Amino acid sequence: MKKYRSMVLISSGESSQQKGSDAVIDAFHQAIEKYDLGGEVYVTTIPDASSAKTQPLVIVYPEAVAYGPVLEENVDFLVSEHLYKGRIAESLKVSDPFEMKRISWLLHRTGTMPAENRIVLEYVGVIDPNSIDDFLTHDGGQAFATAMEMEPQKIIEIIKKSGLRGRGGAGFPTGIKWQAVRDAPGDKKYIICNADESEPGTFKDRVILEGNPFSMIEAMLIAGYACGADEGYIYIRGEYHDAIEKITNAIRASKDFGVLGKNILNTGFNFDIHVHSGAGAYICGEETALLESIEGKRGEPRPKPPYPTTHGLWGKPTLINNVETLGNIPPIIQNGADWFRAQGTPSSPGTKVYTILGNVNKTGLMEVPMGITLREVIGIYGKGMKSGSFKFAQTGGSSGSIIPAILQDTPMDFDSYRNVGVSLGSGALLICDDSNCIVDCVRVLMRFFQVESCGKCVPCRIGTEQALEIMTAISEGRGTMEHLAQLEWLRHGMEEFSNCGLGQTAGTPIKNMLDHFRAEVEAHIKLGVCPAGVCSMGK
Amino acid sequence: MENAATQQKMNYDHPDAINEIRDIVLETGRSKEALIAVLKKVADRFGYISNIAVQEVSRQTSISAAEIFSVATFYRMLPTTQRGRHVIEFCESLPCHVVGGRELYRALVEQLGIQPGETSADGRFTLLTTSCLGVCEVGPVLSVDNNIHGNLSAETLPEILAKYE
Repeated sequence: MKKYRSMVLISSGESSQQKGSDAVIDAFHQAIEKYDLGGEVYVTTIPDASSAKTQPLVIVYPEAVAYGPVLEENVDFLVSEHLYKGRIAESLKVSDPFEMKRISWLLHRTGTMPAENRIVLEYVGVIDPNSIDDFLTHDGGQAFATAMEMEPQKIIEIIKKSGLRGRGGAGFPTGIKWQAVRDAPGDKKYIICNADESEPGTFKDRVILEGNPFSMIEAMLIAGYACGADEGYIYIRGEYHDAIEKITNAIRASKDFGVLGKNILNTGFNFDIHVHSGAGAYICGEETALLESIEGKRGEPRPKPPYPTTHGLWGKPTLINNVETLGNIPPIIQNGADWFRAQGTPSSPGTKVYTILGNVNKTGLMEVPMGITLREVIGIYGKGMKSGSFKFAQTGGSSGSIIPAILQDTPMDFDSYRNVGVSLGSGALLICDDSNCIVDCVRVLMRFFQVESCGKCVPCRIGTEQALEIMTAISEGRGTMEHLAQLEWLRHGMEEFSNCGLGQTAGTPIKNMLDHFRAEVEAHIKLGVCPAGVCSMGK
Repeated sequence: MENAATQQKMNYDHPDAINEIRDIVLETGRSKEALIAVLKKVADRFGYISNIAVQEVSRQTSISAAEIFSVATFYRMLPTTQRGRHVIEFCESLPCHVVGGRELYRALVEQLGIQPGETSADGRFTLLTTSCLGVCEVGPVLSVDNNIHGNLSAETLPEILAKYE
């Protein structure tokens, strides 16, 4: 498993380019090859961060040293000193204290390097997802073989010790869930892979399923063995035609190979997996609604407790894990809990797969250690804002929050975010610039919840409808200050009295809006203007 | 990828319609667990799930017609009313909204001359709005008969619509 020792950031914005940053980047790649550091050093570019005086700027992690200006002819010396011999090249360091202040956000970080570190995505795009042979030659199946030589309880101990937390949005400790299913009485138990990924902006699970479907089967086999289950379901949202096809083929190939079915590899362990494709309902990602849907009913969430760990599919104990959570299982079994804990933050170990979207130069998927900051995401992976300046980020669907620019240096892990009153959600990072209006965006989010509310319980059914009506009124210039008090009241009511996570979190965008963007909302009401110029204001 | 939805739909007036529904139930299963899969196939074959289909599935599976109808009306991919020859689903979620979805929506409504939920007079298009389609990296996105079209703008829209007669 590859883990980078150092990370090099090279500024390559317009101004750095004029000063020869392209040649510097080439020189870095050549020097890294020359000193044979290919697998250890991660090189990437960032937008211009400092003033022209110190460009092209180079920052080296984990020491967080800033060098600049670094010219083509300096690169060999820098690589040999810092990256090869491990000495800081004092002569090239940025010395001006004023300059250092400008880039302090990059330097003053604690925790792990913001380098990409692929655990779940390691073989995505590397192996042929249609070939079980290709999977096996890339260490596939090793974790299952290792697990089968352990006592089931030992596997659960490893997962607990690793500190892995559910990647579907809530961050529940995975090991504790596994233990609950194992301890639940009954002979018949189920393992369910939740691939009903419908949070707007999230498509990480689709990429994992399409890129490495066999790893999901392997993880479910391990879970089945550890929890004492002999049957599994993969619930995939209906829109993911390609993923459904890939996983169905992978299950067939695994059966032919003898790793799924009765008496797997002569161990006496039986396990079978079925694919259930969704029919277009966001709520079915909620675990009990998902169970109802597999049973062939309307996807309306059940009251909890009892939890699925004791009363799940057809009333039997059931383990439900997100795709990305399961994707972490084989690497943990193979490399051990300590290896996993060495990444990310102490309370949220490991990596997180994020989708980065919106008004940035580069959109897409990345897997980085838990605890990196939004500012780093935008600078290093989004390659800077496409237009305007950063206003807020939306962390995806119902389980996330609206993160204002002032919180962009908060480490992204479950607990740090909870401490400042926001949540990480499912891993979508929608970056919005200042051309977007908060009222317009929250209206769109309320429309989403109003459409996707299943209608079973009153607070959510009525609350989302009324919240949408009020947000529409404000955006059309009909808003009053009483509306804001009503929104607060609705949010509170939905959070306290809704049956499931959808209603409980539907008011989160309202809370974030009133906490951080109240002035902008009041401008719509009191002044009758939309500061961003987006809302129609009734004209 | 052109999938089942673009193929010629069968009409419920067709003499083999009932047999077709029976065959779908037979190959998919009579259990309640298989109900959503059965209804999805019926919708794919006929374009929507009519009363005739609900009655026949009920007869074949012994699940009450009321229950089948309640399941069908819950899910977006199980339509119970007739639609146009091509179904446009426009993603109205926030990731598409902030990268040009706002403008694309206005252009779409204007070029089609219909509102969401309506079918054009010639029966060519039905316009629906939908939540996230899961391809946010190429937003704004819409799908026509389940074929995804991304990175759209008001200028490139006519070219896409022209593909569907």
